[in-house]
Amino acid sequence: MRKLMLATSVLGLSIASSSFAATQIEWWHAMGGANGEKLNEIVKEFNDSQTQYTVDPVFKGTYTETMTSAIAAFRAHKQPAIVQVFEVGTATMMAAKGAVYPVYKLMQDTKADFDPNAYLSSVTSYYSDVDGNMLSMPFNSSTPVLYYNKEMFKKAGLTSAPKTWEEVESYSKKLLASGAQCGFTTGWQSWVQLENLSARHDVAFASNDDGFAGLDTNLLFNSPLQVKHISKMREWQQNGIFSYGGRRSDSAPKFYSQQCAMYTGSSSAFGGMTRNAKFDFGVSSLPYWASEVKQPNNTIIGGASLWVLQGKDKAEYQAAAAFLHFLSTPEIQAQWHQFTGYLPITHAAYELTKKEGFYQSHPGTEAAVLQMTASEPTVNSRGLRLGNFVQIRDVINGALESVWSGKESPQAALDTAVKRGDVLLRKFEKAHN
Amino acid sequence: MSVYFPQKKLPYLLVLPQLVITAIFFLWPAGQAVLQAFYREDAFGLSQQFVGLENFVDLFQDPLYYKSMMVTMVFSFSVAFLGIAVALWLAVMADRVIRGKMVYQTLLVWPYAVAPALAGVLWWILFDPNIGPVALFLDRIGLHWNHFLDGDQAMILVVISATWKQISYNFLFFLAGLQAIPRSLIEAAAIDGASSFKRFWDIVFPLLSPTTFFLLVVNLVYAFFETFGVIDTTTQGGPDGSTNTLVYKVFKDGFIGLDSGGSAAQSIVLMAIVGLMTVIQFRFIERKVQY
Repeated sequence: MRKLMLATSVLGLSIASSSFAATQIEWWHAMGGANGEKLNEIVKEFNDSQTQYTVDPVFKGTYTETMTSAIAAFRAHKQPAIVQVFEVGTATMMAAKGAVYPVYKLMQDTKADFDPNAYLSSVTSYYSDVDGNMLSMPFNSSTPVLYYNKEMFKKAGLTSAPKTWEEVESYSKKLLASGAQCGFTTGWQSWVQLENLSARHDVAFASNDDGFAGLDTNLLFNSPLQVKHISKMREWQQNGIFSYGGRRSDSAPKFYSQQCAMYTGSSSAFGGMTRNAKFDFGVSSLPYWASEVKQPNNTIIGGASLWVLQGKDKAEYQAAAAFLHFLSTPEIQAQWHQFTGYLPITHAAYELTKKEGFYQSHPGTEAAVLQMTASEPTVNSRGLRLGNFVQIRDVINGALESVWSGKESPQAALDTAVKRGDVLLRKFEKAHN
Repeated sequence: MSVYFPQKKLPYLLVLPQLVITAIFFLWPAGQAVLQAFYREDAFGLSQQFVGLENFVDLFQDPLYYKSMMVTMVFSFSVAFLGIAVALWLAVMADRVIRGKMVYQTLLVWPYAVAPALAGVLWWILFDPNIGPVALFLDRIGLHWNHFLDGDQAMILVVISATWKQISYNFLFFLAGLQAIPRSLIEAAAIDGASSFKRFWDIVFPLLSPTTFFLLVVNLVYAFFETFGVIDTTTQGGPDGSTNTLVYKVFKDGFIGLDSGGSAAQSIVLMAIVGLMTVIQFRFIERKVQY
């Protein structure tokens, strides 16, 4: 009897205390290192700014690990309220209608302060449905740019960065003649040399408006433009203009060690560049083929966005909405953009950064933003929405590697990759109807 | 004379903990895998559809799966053969050392204490084409090393990293095996005028055959199942699938690709292959073993 009384009073106490405590939600993310510390700092600022809600950030490892653990947690009904998912996971999240609480709807339902037009359209388009509704909240977005070694350029008698691939070729020849081991190398080859290549030249990467309009999508990246570019890159790989150095950013050391004079990679690599490059370097926009387009499109983004998951109660969604609103404020956005090198996701944050004189004191940091906002995104440069995209990237990487090593011709390799990728798309389609 | 236990239940009770563990950690998940292999499911498990044998049909129509099988065979037999051969050689050498025996033996066993993923990172740094000291050295002597591009080099890299650790394990067993061989046998052969090579080949090696056989089975199972950490940290199955072994493919399709049905079907096939191989080994190779 006494035990029972004790138990009830403990229970009573805990109920009483929880009604006073702030609503707590978890945010699973994949930001390690310096960016992770900055993230914790921002969350702390949110928690200290009010008393109603507490956000609890949990580092879950790589992007893949974060996404898979969130999915596993969802299946076990232990999901966090907010999870950070990388861009290639977008289609999977979007297709999971019963698992995801679309951000635009969350903001509506909770009557939060939310203006979709405040965000950069070239960023939000990647995460919006066909009607333009934002399904997730962009958080850390980057886009490919060209880094170049100013000292090696000077030695070769070059004064500015190449704007086009034609110039990359002619500049590289001069660089090689002046003693460089290779002209350029690239990180994330599928993203930079195929996905962004297509967007920049207004050529479809996949049917159905790059997958936005439905699940019965087919890949189209074996068309003349892509084949031409990959053929050219193979030629460059053979004559030393291009040197392949791995799938992700494994090739960056080739640039750091001054073997290669140029590097096409993510704009978010800027921080790492500043730390590792012991020479004067510049940042410029991603080259395009002048023979193919007069005015290139915007580039598309990489990075990750924040998804709100289903199965939480009203108070928790209030907390999530308040937090997402906080993350979008110009001050927080500007802080995050300037610290990490990720793009500012709102116009206000960009203006604020400009006003603060950041781009003057950090030359090169604006290149990515300008390139993103130079034009209104077209159906071919909004982004990609492909199911099983992680595996499709894997297929593409394999195909490109067989081209670089001379095992297969560009046309044959891209044809095979399209065929294998389509099998994966069919699989995804079947699992989602 | 046999002993009778008064209670009939006690023996069952005594093995119960082991049975429970087996049931929870092996039978239950394995059963789940078998079930999953017949379903198609989206990543979040929101919809599930019985598809019969479709996952298996897809698998056996996929040319990449056969490639992965070939890769696995090359990889596993290379790892097992290399691991056993090098360990045997080292054990014979270490057994002969007179001074500082303990030092050699301890140092040779050491790598076993290194976690597989860590070993992978170690080899990855050494052989990285952009920064690795070994790769830069090979480049200097005219051998261009780039395992991001060259499938054979990638295979060599994963075989070395997977074998390195296993050598210590094999070494330990061979050393114990060598020490169990009666000195008198070897001395008698020596008196009869047998050369040291002949003594090894005709006496030591046959007497070690139970150990070698045991290690063959263990090493093959190791290469099939436990090397995924090494592959994940060094090549991630690339370039172009040339180090994509069956077990790595299961992981990649299941955990990264989120295709639980296809991945479950693969693990069942893998289980069957290893089962079959073990049966073959016990059937045909064990006959040659002298206990």
